[in-house]
Amino acid sequence: MDAIVAEGLRKRYKAVQALDGVSFAVRAGEVFGLLGPNGAGKSTTVRVLTTLTRPDEGRAFVAGHDVLRHPNRARNSFGYVAQDSGVDREATGRENLMLQGRIYGLGGAGLRARVDEVLELVGIADAADRVVRGYSGGMRRRLDIALGLVHRPSVLFLDEPTTGLDPEARAAMWVEVQRLAQQERLTILLTTHYLEEADRLANRLAIVSRGQIVVGGSPDELKRGLRGEAVTVELEDGRVAEAADVVGTFAGASETVVDGHLVRTRVPNGAQAIPGLLSALESRGIGVASVTTARPSLDDVYLHYTGRDFAAEDEEGTT
Amino acid sequence: MRTARDTWFMLGRHVRNLMREPIWVVMLVIQPIIWLVLYGQLFSRVPALRGGTGTYIEFLTPGIVCMNAFFGGSWSGMAMISDLDRHVVDRFLATPTSRLAIVLSQVVRAGLIAIVQALILLGIGSALGVRVHAGLAGWLIVLAAAALLAMVFAGFSNGVALLVRREASMIATANFVSLPLMFLSSILITRTVMPGWMQTVSRYNPVNWGVDAARNAVVIGGKWGPTGVYIALLAAATAATALFATWTFRVYQRSL
Repeated sequence: MDAIVAEGLRKRYKAVQALDGVSFAVRAGEVFGLLGPNGAGKSTTVRVLTTLTRPDEGRAFVAGHDVLRHPNRARNSFGYVAQDSGVDREATGRENLMLQGRIYGLGGAGLRARVDEVLELVGIADAADRVVRGYSGGMRRRLDIALGLVHRPSVLFLDEPTTGLDPEARAAMWVEVQRLAQQERLTILLTTHYLEEADRLANRLAIVSRGQIVVGGSPDELKRGLRGEAVTVELEDGRVAEAADVVGTFAGASETVVDGHLVRTRVPNGAQAIPGLLSALESRGIGVASVTTARPSLDDVYLHYTGRDFAAEDEEGTT
Repeated sequence: MRTARDTWFMLGRHVRNLMREPIWVVMLVIQPIIWLVLYGQLFSRVPALRGGTGTYIEFLTPGIVCMNAFFGGSWSGMAMISDLDRHVVDRFLATPTSRLAIVLSQVVRAGLIAIVQALILLGIGSALGVRVHAGLAGWLIVLAAAALLAMVFAGFSNGVALLVRREASMIATANFVSLPLMFLSSILITRTVMPGWMQTVSRYNPVNWGVDAARNAVVIGGKWGPTGVYIALLAAATAATALFATWTFRVYQRSL
């Protein structure tokens, strides 16, 4: 059975169509990534799935419960770690967890034991009785996750789990998420605007852009789907237009673009294409400074399916 | 059932967090004392203000109890705004917790603080020679008036907080509402020295329902009939503003 199902979700905020028909399904036990630039509709999707936001249209199920018809059944089955923490900063980590457990109807020795367990699980047991105000960003994020786990949910939503963390804390969080997925047998839906994060953590992912799912699959499938490698030619002199012409008409080359001194293209096999490409340029007397090839990245996947540059769009969505 | 249980849990959180603010606790105790001593000194020279029997401090003590209560209530929406800003409310909304408890716990919190302040004020009043003429029942009426008054205004304040969701707007509203209501009440002066129109208006001022109930208990030690009516009116007003706050909470949820 699918642990999470979204069917035709639409949501409009005044002038912005935040969700424009989002549908996807997440299998039980997998880590599923919603990847997209800022403002693409990832968080809105999660807020619909976690019963915070009512969609204008569409249906959604979490652990088999209809989030619109039986919100409390759904809420008992998932944990939600929002992008903005929501911990009580004046309380200790343990006090936060105890209250969270109580409002899920837990109590007594069972709750105390579970709180100890999750504190241990996310690695903040030493800081459990300190007031959260004094926690580092990474520790606070771990507490957020503990809050989402205290009632033993089967599904965990992680909205931008590493945004705002330094690289070291981010790497630690990645290890944590992978471990949780295995150890706690959780279905995890995470949203991210870090391509690397999605690549690293997600078994399968869906790329979201402007309120729609553009494409879905495992990171490898998506990259293989591009069939080919990126070739970047750096020129010694300014004859870019001429060089682009040579590269663009080379057998097998596609999606050729000029970027300053660089000419980028895609070919089925980089290593085979380079000698021919170089001699073609040389025969026209165009000086080449360097040539590099790269396997396709999720960047390329995004560009291929949306026709837009991920980094530029991410920047735009932030403002 | 769930609402009562969750309100209790959330209230525990509010009380614990308050206790962690030592400056706040000190202010909570000292501020009412300052009012009492300041106004007591200032107005005791004008006997007409208290309109008859007793000492001015006896007249003033129940008034200051009520003033504190309704000021405290008026500002209680600030705590809601802080919880909204820090996304604590959203975290609770993703759990099966009672939605009503999120609002009610703030209202009850205001009532609880008012009771503690009322006890401190009555204690200091006693030390300054104030006698509660209705005895133990009188103390209970003063505490009930204070708690209800705080909750009436806390319901309103939280309702506004959920609509405006911004500190500056909240502060403006609290000031706009609380200062006129204070001067249209008999907290500091008896009603008979007010101009005619003010006397009429003050009759419909909830602050005055509390002041009159508390003052009947302290200064007169009787008039149980009118006192009962005032307490009932305050209870009804509490229900009304709590309802307003739950409605604005729905408005907030729909905005998500």
